[in-house]
Amino acid sequence: MTHPQLSDAAAEEVVRRHAVQGATLMTILHAIQDEAGFVPPEVVAPLARALSLSRAEVHGTITYYHHFRSAPPARVTVQLCRAESCRSLGSEALKDHIEGHTGCHFDSGHAEGTELESVYCLGQCALSPNMTINGELHAKVTPQKFARLYNAASAKVNADSEVTA
Amino acid sequence: MTRIYVPCDSAALALGAEGIAKAIANEAQQRGLDVQVVRNGSRGLLYLEPLVEVETAQGRIGYANVDEDDIAALFDAGFHEGKAHDKSVGVVEDIPYLKKQQRLTFARIGITDPLSIDDYTSLGGLQGLRHVLDMNGDAVCEALLDSGLRGRGGAAFPAGIKWKTVRAALADQKYIVCNADEGDSGTFSDRLVMESDPYMLIEGMIIAGVATGATKGYIYVRSEYPHSIVTLNRAIEKAREAGWLGASVLGTSHAFDLYVAKGAGSYVCGEETALLESLEGKRGIVRAKPPVPALVGLYGKPTVINNVITLATVPIIFAKGPAFYRDYGMGRSRGTLPFQLAGNVKQGGLVELAFGVTLRELIYEYGGGTVSGRPARAVQVGGPLGTYLPETQWDIPLDYEEYAKVGAVVGHGGLVVHDDTSNLAELAQYAMHFCAIESCGKCTPCRIGSTRGEEVIAKIREGDTSVRQITLLRELCDTMVAGSLCAMGGMTPFPVLSALDHFPEDFGLPRTPAQKAA
Repeated sequence: MTHPQLSDAAAEEVVRRHAVQGATLMTILHAIQDEAGFVPPEVVAPLARALSLSRAEVHGTITYYHHFRSAPPARVTVQLCRAESCRSLGSEALKDHIEGHTGCHFDSGHAEGTELESVYCLGQCALSPNMTINGELHAKVTPQKFARLYNAASAKVNADSEVTA
Repeated sequence: MTRIYVPCDSAALALGAEGIAKAIANEAQQRGLDVQVVRNGSRGLLYLEPLVEVETAQGRIGYANVDEDDIAALFDAGFHEGKAHDKSVGVVEDIPYLKKQQRLTFARIGITDPLSIDDYTSLGGLQGLRHVLDMNGDAVCEALLDSGLRGRGGAAFPAGIKWKTVRAALADQKYIVCNADEGDSGTFSDRLVMESDPYMLIEGMIIAGVATGATKGYIYVRSEYPHSIVTLNRAIEKAREAGWLGASVLGTSHAFDLYVAKGAGSYVCGEETALLESLEGKRGIVRAKPPVPALVGLYGKPTVINNVITLATVPIIFAKGPAFYRDYGMGRSRGTLPFQLAGNVKQGGLVELAFGVTLRELIYEYGGGTVSGRPARAVQVGGPLGTYLPETQWDIPLDYEEYAKVGAVVGHGGLVVHDDTSNLAELAQYAMHFCAIESCGKCTPCRIGSTRGEEVIAKIREGDTSVRQITLLRELCDTMVAGSLCAMGGMTPFPVLSALDHFPEDFGLPRTPAQKAA
């Protein structure tokens, strides 16, 4: 998905607002992503200047962590836990089902406004399998439950975008 | 007025507790009933969630696996007076699953509103800290050592020695860091503490600060736990207002303040030195040890770094005395461990018991067997870096040393049960895959070994079961165990080799005579 590039001035402004005294690079990256939904690549250079780091150090930190994204998220993001506990209760079969239902593939970027991400443990292992849809946590997920939740999330996103349009 | 409790922890929320709480309030209003909905923490009986409790003269009556659509019928049946209904599980504290446990650390969990300071102190909270404030720091560290408490994150290092080292170190600034990067699949005890009894963790960290002379604390919470982060931040704010934190802890000359830091989805940041790097804002790359963090830790200063459960257990040790805690357990594993029953188990949840209990007791007496109804086949204990134990090992007492004798680890106390449809070769390949995704990349055995390991297991699974491939896999595992900088690469071979040794048929290999006998 393409997104409008931030101008140099806008990127500087984002950094100025978040790079407050005592904040670490991680804290600043979280603040930027919480606000914008991702960390725009244009902020790397001004962040490096503000923190007296190299651009490589800033870029390296953003890309090291799975949580930070350098592009806007899809309209619907599904995170499925694929760690041991969820595997013991069929998360891999659920993964196949989800790919069939959405027509998308896990960990291969956006398609049709949906992104499927593998995650490893959401901390609800007594209630496996677990997933999040647009950040909302769901436990004991079955194919039927997924279909209901996914369709509801898609409908909500579409309704919201009609309101903004 | 009737009090109805609807849990607010993320497990209950993930099963629709928010809608249930609203539906109860609405329904009560429509019926003109005087009902107060209290959002309590979780009892840890996760198989019953969402577990709604109604306060009655007989005690709190539970209604399990409640759905929003059940609310009208529950009121019709008179559940607000504790009356019978299909979903009733009776008085919650009499449920054997809970009643048979030895809840020391989790004594208060789920009973009340996690953010109520009054509830916390009326149920024994702050007693430990008040005792500590009357003691000398050396005596506090000595008492902790005497309690036998060992690090509950997995490494099981005596907490008292760590605290003593930090106390003895000379520095202008010392830190207490709580490792709340609970990334192991099959574990959720840290999460339960943070979401259901956060003041216990805060009290434990203040005690650590007072004992060692550290004046700043950080709780590093994984980004996958947003509910924990919200609850902790609100609890810290209230604790600050109540005078527990700040320039003068409860009016004494001790200063201590506390902050929450958010991780960003990196499993290896659960390793203490990688966590410190991340807390400093950098990539979570493992540091070489020595020096240990107790001497050169956060920003190069002496740092106590303990897991959530370790720090959350400190208050009861000082409230009841080290001997009380030490009297539980076996051998050198003193006290209790909150075991976490997960995976393919009928009754998943938190089971706190003294060390010495066996997997068989946990899986069948508490867990009720598998949820699939099929025979249990393998149990992985201690997270993704723990071994897979076959049934022949389910009677070994859960004790750090007894487990070490068979090459297994107790770790953070998580158990993941797999039934007879599981494929251990697939799980072994996954273990290498996970290591490849999460390796910090600093040391070669972990960074490259994990990828090569995944490839070798894939080849074996495709049918190349030659001696050459098996030898290659074993030698690779040997290199990773001996040559990795931290447990990520050093222990990934544990699940792999245990799968290969105990379940060779899943790799297309015959059982050796010794394996057949077992």
